[in-house]
Amino acid sequence: MTTNKISRFALMVVLAMILSYLETLIPLPFFVPGMKLGLANIITMIALYKMGVPDAATISLTRIVLSTALFGNFIGLAYSIAGGVLSLALMVCLKRIGRFSLTGVGIAGGVGHNLAQIGVAIVLLRTDGLIYYLPVLLITGTVTGYLTGTFGGLILKKLDKIPFV
Amino acid sequence: MKNPVDDGRRDARNIVRKNDLVLFGGLLLVGIVLFAAVNFAKTGGAQVDVHYDGAVVASYPLDTDREVDLTYNGHNLLKIEKGRATVIDADCPELLCTKQRAISKEGESIVCLPHKLVITVSGGKPNDVDGVLQ
Repeated sequence: MTTNKISRFALMVVLAMILSYLETLIPLPFFVPGMKLGLANIITMIALYKMGVPDAATISLTRIVLSTALFGNFIGLAYSIAGGVLSLALMVCLKRIGRFSLTGVGIAGGVGHNLAQIGVAIVLLRTDGLIYYLPVLLITGTVTGYLTGTFGGLILKKLDKIPFV
Repeated sequence: MKNPVDDGRRDARNIVRKNDLVLFGGLLLVGIVLFAAVNFAKTGGAQVDVHYDGAVVASYPLDTDREVDLTYNGHNLLKIEKGRATVIDADCPELLCTKQRAISKEGESIVCLPHKLVITVSGGKPNDVDGVLQ
Protein backbone atom coordinates (compact mmCIF):
# COMPACT_ATOMS: atom_id res chain seq x y z
CA MET A 1 0.00 0.00 0.00
CA THR A 2 1.34 3.35 -0.93
CA THR A 3 0.91 6.34 1.34
CA ASN A 4 -1.31 7.82 -1.32
CA LYS A 5 -3.61 4.82 -1.22
CA ILE A 6 -3.76 4.73 2.58
CA SER A 7 -4.68 8.41 2.66
CA ARG A 8 -7.36 7.90 0.06
CA PHE A 9 -8.84 5.00 2.02
CA ALA A 10 -8.84 6.96 5.25
CA LEU A 11 -10.45 9.96 3.60
CA MET A 12 -13.24 7.87 2.10
CA VAL A 13 -13.90 5.99 5.35
CA VAL A 14 -14.02 9.20 7.37
CA LEU A 15 -16.36 10.88 4.89
CA ALA A 16 -18.67 7.87 4.99
CA MET A 17 -18.62 7.87 8.80
CA ILE A 18 -19.52 11.53 8.93
CA LEU A 19 -22.44 10.91 6.58
CA SER A 20 -23.54 7.95 8.72
CA TYR A 21 -23.51 10.19 11.76
CA LEU A 22 -25.23 13.12 10.03
CA GLU A 23 -27.97 10.77 8.98
CA THR A 24 -28.81 9.96 12.60
CA LEU A 25 -29.43 13.68 13.20
CA ILE A 26 -32.02 13.97 10.43
CA PRO A 27 -35.49 13.42 11.85
CA LEU A 28 -37.69 11.17 9.73
CA PRO A 29 -41.45 11.70 9.50
CA PHE A 30 -42.08 8.03 10.20
CA PHE A 31 -40.01 5.01 10.89
CA VAL A 32 -40.14 1.54 9.42
CA PRO A 33 -37.63 -1.03 10.69
CA GLY A 34 -34.81 -1.36 8.18
CA MET A 35 -35.42 2.02 6.61
CA LYS A 36 -32.42 4.23 6.06
CA LEU A 37 -31.53 7.31 4.06
CA GLY A 38 -28.24 5.70 3.01
CA LEU A 39 -26.10 8.83 2.75
CA ALA A 40 -22.93 6.80 3.41
CA ASN A 41 -23.69 4.79 0.31
CA ILE A 42 -22.77 7.85 -1.75
CA ILE A 43 -19.17 7.24 -0.67
CA THR A 44 -19.37 3.53 -1.48
CA MET A 45 -20.63 4.41 -4.97
CA ILE A 46 -17.85 6.92 -5.55
CA ALA A 47 -15.31 4.32 -4.39
CA LEU A 48 -16.90 1.76 -6.70
CA TYR A 49 -16.44 3.99 -9.74
CA LYS A 50 -13.14 5.58 -8.77
CA MET A 51 -11.29 2.76 -7.03
CA GLY A 52 -12.93 -0.53 -8.00
CA VAL A 53 -14.92 -3.29 -6.32
CA PRO A 54 -12.39 -4.61 -3.72
CA ASP A 55 -11.60 -1.10 -2.48
CA ALA A 56 -15.28 -0.12 -2.34
CA ALA A 57 -16.02 -3.28 -0.32
CA THR A 58 -13.16 -2.60 2.10
CA ILE A 59 -14.22 1.02 2.60
CA SER A 60 -17.86 0.06 3.11
CA LEU A 61 -17.04 -2.68 5.64
CA THR A 62 -14.57 -0.49 7.55
CA ARG A 63 -17.14 2.28 7.74
CA ILE A 64 -19.84 -0.10 8.99
CA VAL A 65 -17.65 -1.58 11.74
CA LEU A 66 -16.32 1.78 12.92
CA SER A 67 -19.70 3.55 12.79
CA THR A 68 -21.31 0.72 14.70
CA ALA A 69 -18.61 0.87 17.36
CA LEU A 70 -18.94 4.64 17.71
CA PHE A 71 -22.59 5.48 17.15
CA GLY A 72 -24.52 2.21 17.16
CA ASN A 73 -24.94 -0.97 19.08
CA PHE A 74 -23.47 -4.31 18.18
CA ILE A 75 -26.85 -5.97 17.72
CA GLY A 76 -27.16 -3.81 14.65
CA LEU A 77 -23.88 -5.01 13.17
CA ALA A 78 -25.31 -8.15 11.52
CA TYR A 79 -28.03 -6.01 9.92
CA SER A 80 -25.59 -3.39 8.70
CA ILE A 81 -23.11 -5.88 7.26
CA ALA A 82 -25.86 -7.81 5.46
CA GLY A 83 -27.21 -4.52 4.13
CA GLY A 84 -23.77 -3.42 2.99
CA VAL A 85 -22.96 -6.71 1.26
CA LEU A 86 -26.25 -7.13 -0.63
CA SER A 87 -26.37 -3.47 -1.60
CA LEU A 88 -22.81 -3.53 -2.96
CA ALA A 89 -23.44 -6.83 -4.80
CA LEU A 90 -26.50 -5.41 -6.57
CA MET A 91 -24.72 -2.14 -7.34
CA VAL A 92 -21.80 -4.01 -8.93
CA CYS A 93 -24.29 -6.04 -11.03
CA LEU A 94 -26.03 -2.93 -12.31
CA LYS A 95 -22.75 -1.17 -13.00
CA ARG A 96 -21.52 -4.21 -14.97
CA ILE A 97 -24.70 -4.28 -17.05
CA GLY A 98 -23.65 -0.80 -18.11
CA ARG A 99 -27.08 0.47 -19.10
CA PHE A 100 -27.71 2.49 -15.98
CA SER A 101 -26.24 5.70 -14.66
CA LEU A 102 -25.39 6.17 -11.01
CA THR A 103 -29.06 6.81 -10.34
CA GLY A 104 -29.93 3.23 -11.25
CA VAL A 105 -26.93 1.92 -9.33
CA GLY A 106 -28.08 3.93 -6.30
CA ILE A 107 -31.57 2.45 -6.55
CA ALA A 108 -30.06 -1.06 -6.56
CA GLY A 109 -28.06 -0.11 -3.48
CA GLY A 110 -31.04 1.27 -1.59
CA VAL A 111 -33.29 -1.66 -2.41
CA GLY A 112 -30.50 -4.17 -1.69
CA HIS A 113 -29.85 -2.65 1.71
CA ASN A 114 -33.51 -2.75 2.70
CA LEU A 115 -34.09 -6.30 1.43
CA ALA A 116 -31.12 -7.53 3.44
CA GLN A 117 -32.40 -5.77 6.56
CA ILE A 118 -35.78 -7.45 6.41
CA GLY A 119 -34.17 -10.81 5.58
CA VAL A 120 -31.86 -10.70 8.59
CA ALA A 121 -34.70 -9.53 10.84
CA ILE A 122 -36.88 -12.48 9.79
CA VAL A 123 -34.02 -14.91 10.50
CA LEU A 124 -32.77 -13.39 13.76
CA LEU A 125 -36.15 -12.53 15.27
CA ARG A 126 -37.74 -15.69 13.86
CA THR A 127 -40.90 -13.79 13.00
CA ASP A 128 -42.20 -14.40 9.46
CA GLY A 129 -44.76 -11.64 9.87
CA LEU A 130 -42.05 -9.04 9.30
CA ILE A 131 -42.42 -9.74 5.57
CA TYR A 132 -45.29 -7.25 5.79
CA TYR A 133 -42.66 -4.52 5.82
CA LEU A 134 -41.38 -5.57 2.40
CA PRO A 135 -43.60 -3.27 0.27
CA VAL A 136 -42.80 -0.17 2.32
CA LEU A 137 -39.09 -0.99 2.36
CA LEU A 138 -39.12 -1.55 -1.40
CA ILE A 139 -40.66 1.88 -1.92
CA THR A 140 -38.40 3.75 0.52
CA GLY A 141 -35.29 1.95 -0.81
CA THR A 142 -36.16 2.93 -4.37
CA VAL A 143 -36.74 6.58 -3.47
CA THR A 144 -33.70 7.04 -1.22
CA GLY A 145 -31.54 5.14 -3.73
CA TYR A 146 -32.70 7.40 -6.54
CA LEU A 147 -31.74 10.47 -4.53
CA THR A 148 -28.36 9.25 -3.25
CA GLY A 149 -27.46 7.78 -6.65
CA THR A 150 -28.23 10.97 -8.52
CA PHE A 151 -26.34 12.99 -5.92
CA GLY A 152 -23.39 10.60 -6.19
CA GLY A 153 -23.42 11.07 -9.96
CA LEU A 154 -23.20 14.84 -9.57
CA ILE A 155 -20.25 14.48 -7.19
CA LEU A 156 -18.45 12.08 -9.53
CA LYS A 157 -18.83 14.53 -12.38
CA LYS A 158 -17.08 17.16 -10.27
CA LEU A 159 -14.41 14.72 -9.14
CA ASP A 160 -13.60 13.82 -12.73
CA LYS A 161 -12.39 17.37 -13.23
CA ILE A 162 -9.83 17.22 -10.44
CA PRO A 163 -6.97 14.73 -10.19
CA PHE A 164 -8.33 13.31 -6.95
CA VAL A 165 -7.69 9.66 -7.57
CA MET B 1 -4.49 10.79 -14.83
CA LYS B 2 -6.50 8.02 -16.40
CA ASN B 3 -8.01 5.71 -13.87
CA PRO B 4 -7.77 2.03 -14.80
CA VAL B 5 -11.11 1.11 -13.23
CA ASP B 6 -12.92 3.91 -14.97
CA ASP B 7 -15.37 2.34 -17.35
CA GLY B 8 -15.18 5.23 -19.75
CA ARG B 9 -18.80 6.24 -19.40
CA ARG B 10 -18.21 9.49 -17.62
CA ASP B 11 -21.10 11.30 -19.19
CA ALA B 12 -23.43 8.50 -18.16
CA ARG B 13 -22.81 9.06 -14.48
CA ASN B 14 -24.65 12.23 -13.78
CA ILE B 15 -27.38 11.97 -16.35
CA VAL B 16 -30.50 10.17 -15.26
CA ARG B 17 -31.06 7.77 -18.13
CA LYS B 18 -34.26 6.29 -19.44
CA ASN B 19 -33.25 2.91 -18.00
CA ASP B 20 -32.89 4.45 -14.56
CA LEU B 21 -36.39 5.88 -14.77
CA VAL B 22 -37.78 2.53 -15.94
CA LEU B 23 -36.09 0.84 -12.98
CA PHE B 24 -37.33 3.54 -10.61
CA GLY B 25 -40.90 3.43 -11.90
CA GLY B 26 -40.97 -0.36 -12.06
CA LEU B 27 -39.79 -0.91 -8.50
CA LEU B 28 -42.05 1.84 -7.20
CA LEU B 29 -45.01 0.29 -8.97
CA VAL B 30 -44.24 -3.17 -7.59
CA GLY B 31 -43.90 -1.66 -4.12
CA ILE B 32 -47.18 0.24 -4.35
CA VAL B 33 -49.07 -2.78 -5.72
CA LEU B 34 -47.68 -5.01 -2.96
CA PHE B 35 -48.47 -2.34 -0.37
CA ALA B 36 -52.03 -2.02 -1.61
CA ALA B 37 -52.47 -5.80 -1.75
CA VAL B 38 -51.15 -6.29 1.78
CA ASN B 39 -53.20 -3.45 3.25
CA PHE B 40 -56.35 -4.29 1.36
CA ALA B 41 -56.25 -7.81 2.68
CA LYS B 42 -55.78 -6.67 6.25
CA THR B 43 -58.61 -6.98 8.67
CA GLY B 44 -58.93 -5.57 12.13
CA GLY B 45 -57.11 -7.68 14.64
CA ALA B 46 -58.35 -8.84 17.99
CA GLN B 47 -55.20 -9.03 20.06
CA VAL B 48 -51.52 -8.19 20.17
CA ASP B 49 -48.96 -10.94 20.60
CA VAL B 50 -45.61 -10.21 22.13
CA HIS B 51 -42.81 -12.23 20.51
CA TYR B 52 -39.52 -12.50 22.28
CA ASP B 53 -36.69 -14.41 20.65
CA GLY B 54 -39.07 -16.12 18.24
CA ALA B 55 -41.76 -17.28 20.67
CA VAL B 56 -45.03 -15.68 21.73
CA VAL B 57 -44.58 -14.82 25.39
CA ALA B 58 -47.71 -12.77 26.03
CA SER B 59 -50.98 -11.70 24.42
CA TYR B 60 -53.32 -8.83 25.21
CA PRO B 61 -56.76 -8.12 23.73
CA LEU B 62 -57.00 -4.86 21.79
CA ASP B 63 -60.43 -3.99 23.15
CA THR B 64 -59.18 -3.33 26.68
CA ASP B 65 -57.21 -0.14 27.29
CA ARG B 66 -54.07 -0.71 29.31
CA GLU B 67 -50.39 -0.02 29.72
CA VAL B 68 -48.01 -2.93 30.16
CA ASP B 69 -44.34 -2.82 31.01
CA LEU B 70 -42.77 -5.55 28.89
CA THR B 71 -39.57 -6.69 30.52
CA TYR B 72 -37.60 -8.96 28.20
CA ASN B 73 -33.99 -8.06 27.66
CA GLY B 74 -34.97 -4.49 28.59
CA HIS B 75 -38.11 -2.44 29.13
CA ASN B 76 -40.74 -1.48 26.57
CA LEU B 77 -43.91 0.24 27.68
CA LEU B 78 -46.82 -1.02 25.58
CA LYS B 79 -49.96 1.07 25.48
CA ILE B 80 -53.28 -0.22 24.21
CA GLU B 81 -55.91 2.43 23.67
CA LYS B 82 -59.05 2.51 21.54
CA GLY B 83 -58.12 -0.72 19.79
CA ARG B 84 -54.63 0.42 18.81
CA ALA B 85 -51.31 -0.56 20.29
CA THR B 86 -48.15 1.56 20.48
CA VAL B 87 -44.88 1.46 22.35
CA ILE B 88 -44.72 4.75 24.23
CA ASP B 89 -41.44 4.33 26.07
CA ALA B 90 -38.41 2.06 26.21
CA ASP B 91 -34.93 1.96 27.62
CA CYS B 92 -33.16 1.19 24.34
CA PRO B 93 -30.72 3.82 23.00
CA GLU B 94 -32.49 4.93 19.83
CA LEU B 95 -36.17 4.58 20.81
CA LEU B 96 -37.05 3.54 17.28
CA CYS B 97 -39.88 1.36 18.58
CA THR B 98 -41.67 4.46 19.86
CA LYS B 99 -41.50 6.07 16.41
CA GLN B 100 -43.34 3.27 14.66
CA ARG B 101 -46.99 3.54 13.70
CA ALA B 102 -49.72 2.43 16.07
CA ILE B 103 -50.86 -1.05 15.08
CA SER B 104 -54.42 -2.35 14.96
CA LYS B 105 -54.74 -4.59 11.90
CA GLU B 106 -53.84 -8.21 11.51
CA GLY B 107 -50.19 -8.72 10.58
CA GLU B 108 -49.01 -5.25 11.56
CA SER B 109 -46.07 -5.14 13.91
CA ILE B 110 -43.77 -3.02 16.00
CA VAL B 111 -40.15 -4.10 16.23
CA CYS B 112 -37.56 -3.39 18.89
CA LEU B 113 -34.30 -4.79 17.54
CA PRO B 114 -32.06 -4.24 20.59
CA HIS B 115 -34.50 -6.11 22.81
CA LYS B 116 -35.33 -8.80 20.22
CA LEU B 117 -38.97 -7.89 20.74
CA VAL B 118 -41.70 -7.98 18.12
CA ILE B 119 -45.29 -7.03 18.84
CA THR B 120 -47.77 -8.23 16.23
CA VAL B 121 -51.52 -8.03 15.82
CA SER B 122 -53.31 -11.31 15.28
CA GLY B 123 -56.90 -11.87 14.34
CA GLY B 124 -57.72 -14.76 16.60
CA LYS B 125 -60.28 -14.39 19.29
CA PRO B 126 -58.87 -12.78 22.39
CA ASN B 127 -57.89 -15.34 24.92
CA ASP B 128 -60.30 -15.96 27.72
CA VAL B 129 -57.45 -15.44 30.12
CA ASP B 130 -57.40 -11.68 30.11
CA GLY B 131 -53.72 -11.02 30.25
CA VAL B 132 -50.33 -12.55 30.32
CA LEU B 133 -49.64 -16.06 29.12
CA GLN B 134 -46.15 -16.50 30.41
